[in-house]
Amino acid sequence: MIGTLLRIGFINLSRDRVAQALVFLLPIMFFSIFASIFGNQRDSTSKIKIGVADLDQTDYSRKFTAALAEEGGLKVRTTENEDGTGAVLDRAKAEGLVKNGTVPVAVVLPKGFGSSNRFFSRDASAPKIELLADVSDPIAPQMVQGLLQKVSFTAAPDMLATEGMGMLEKYGGPLTAAQRSSMQEWQKLLADQVQNPDVKAAASNLGPAIEIVNVMQPGYGNVSIVSFYAAGIGVMFLLFSCSGAAGTLLDELETGTLGRLIGSRLGMSGVLFGKWMFLTLMGILQLTVMFTWGALVFHLPLASHLPGFFVMTLFTASAAAAFGLLLATLCGTRAQLSGISTIVILAMSAIGGSMFPRFLMTDTMQKMGLVTFNAWALDGYIKVFWREAPIIDLWPQLLVLTGLCAVFLTGARFFARRWETL
Amino acid sequence: MTTLPLRVDGAAKSFGKVQALAGASFEVRPGELLGLLGPNGAGKTTVIKAIAGRLQLDAGTVEVFGRVLTLRDPRPDIGLVPQELAVYPLLTARENLEIFGSLYGVSKADLGKRVAWALQWSDLNDRANEPTKRFSGGMRRRLNIACSLLHQPKLVLLDEPTVGVDPQSRERIYEMLASLRQSGVSIVLTTHHLEEAEQRCDRIVIIDHGTIVAAGTLSELLHSALGNARSVDVRLQSPWPASASRPDGWRVSDDGRVLTVPVANLGKDLAAVLARIDGAGAEVGDVSMRGSTLHDAFIALTGRELRE
Repeated sequence: MIGTLLRIGFINLSRDRVAQALVFLLPIMFFSIFASIFGNQRDSTSKIKIGVADLDQTDYSRKFTAALAEEGGLKVRTTENEDGTGAVLDRAKAEGLVKNGTVPVAVVLPKGFGSSNRFFSRDASAPKIELLADVSDPIAPQMVQGLLQKVSFTAAPDMLATEGMGMLEKYGGPLTAAQRSSMQEWQKLLADQVQNPDVKAAASNLGPAIEIVNVMQPGYGNVSIVSFYAAGIGVMFLLFSCSGAAGTLLDELETGTLGRLIGSRLGMSGVLFGKWMFLTLMGILQLTVMFTWGALVFHLPLASHLPGFFVMTLFTASAAAAFGLLLATLCGTRAQLSGISTIVILAMSAIGGSMFPRFLMTDTMQKMGLVTFNAWALDGYIKVFWREAPIIDLWPQLLVLTGLCAVFLTGARFFARRWETL
Repeated sequence: MTTLPLRVDGAAKSFGKVQALAGASFEVRPGELLGLLGPNGAGKTTVIKAIAGRLQLDAGTVEVFGRVLTLRDPRPDIGLVPQELAVYPLLTARENLEIFGSLYGVSKADLGKRVAWALQWSDLNDRANEPTKRFSGGMRRRLNIACSLLHQPKLVLLDEPTVGVDPQSRERIYEMLASLRQSGVSIVLTTHHLEEAEQRCDRIVIIDHGTIVAAGTLSELLHSALGNARSVDVRLQSPWPASASRPDGWRVSDDGRVLTVPVANLGKDLAAVLARIDGAGAEVGDVSMRGSTLHDAFIALTGRELRE
């Protein structure tokens, strides 16, 4: 009997192109867009583009420019065109690039920049680096300013040492011949290191050594945010597709097929149970397709998290299926269901973290989010994919999802009573 | 004594302040085709749903093949054909039949044979594997009926089975029902097509305001509703004068040129009718007489006022 209902559901799904697009294609499209923006698809286009007008043209200013170009977060140009062609930038040309929106920031290295003291003292009359900025971008100027500070110290460690020695002699007295000889040897070593690409990194390692270690997912890089969006977008569209597919109840009510189903040995409880089974299976299929796409295209570590994924997907899909049935039984028409489900699901998704991670929200918002279905489902997926939690640790999420599923199904059965005597 | 396929006794049902059924009683005899007629809102669909177990009566009983049924009792002997075209549009005719056969308890071993019979019976063999959304209204009507018969019910309830179909499809549907009756199935149908009921039904039950106002064969109904009365149609040379009064029961056509007059005794009353027309200043062109129809009896029993 239930098998017959599943057969109806899958035949209908296999012949309804619009439903297929809603269930499988649209979630993948949304997920791909979000994952491309925030995930591991970052490439050179996400670097900050800057122009550098080197008016000084000294050894230090050239080293400074080269060090800026080495920074991973910047894409540096010193000529009008990105590929190095065109006129060399001067101040006016650099300003032009900012004004016409080609770059958000341009750096002007003034004449005398390389010959003035810059590390241990600063003359009031010393020429200043100009940062020509498009202030509509609040991030780029701040980031470039920070990098300029760093590069000014790391671009030419030999010059840093030279100025340091000068200051030492100025305030501590002249060096002996032996000391001077040793210092010159060290300066040469520093200069060689800067020119040698194999040891270039060492030259910039002034100050304490710092290493950023990904403790959440060693070896996976940026995929953590991809798994977040796979779950976030996946759960949101799961709710949409479940409420849409549960709307077949309303179609069947209109055509009279619901009457036939209720009049059979199934009864209303059997009909609802069969629909819930179908929606759950469809949801599992939908989330599996979504995460598989994430694994194939965005290197989401699905294979290494399969048990956790399937447990979360089973509970999430079954609760979403019950939610869809509850919405459908609350409504009188398809149009009503469409309107109400759109409002409710979008609101739940926004508060529950499907669109924007809850851990970036305020404490109050995070607590508010816990009233939504999405938040618990997403917390479970995050535990699986980010925190590498064992399945046993998922019990709070699974308990809440099971409770919600039971409440939704009970509500759906209650509201469906009115159809039994139609 | 033969067990009756159906006996409804004192059926009462109210929806809020509206009394849909007010003690309706009737029966269906073995192998007969019973027409259940009534104006809109008279209680036809309510009584059909009560028989099919879709509705809890406030009072009264439904007895099917000698067994008084409660709401929850299974009804394997009954096949309900709803007024709506209750088939899945994306499924083929065969898939619809398989699914409803399975849901109504046909075993896997028998399902193939029953579906083949249903396709043959409803004349849909050639289109068996097409989604029903491509079917005409008549084809879907036939499939709608066939879907309710796969479990071989002995009593079939049809709610407006010919609504919205062309004369050819209607004829085909009645042929299908006739073949069912030959196999001993009893049928109850509701319809607004009085001519169909007149021609096709063995007996007719007229329901109005939730009670049975008449039941019997066509001649029994005509006699009980109209006695020996006949109708005389008088065609006038010019329209009936607006200023002239008419006795009760005289009807004038829309163009005013045809008077329909009931006469209890043709030999005695016709001369008086013609004299009355002459006295009103109208000139008779032609006179024709016809027997009373189910339509006349229906109007006489249920009145002329609109119900909606």
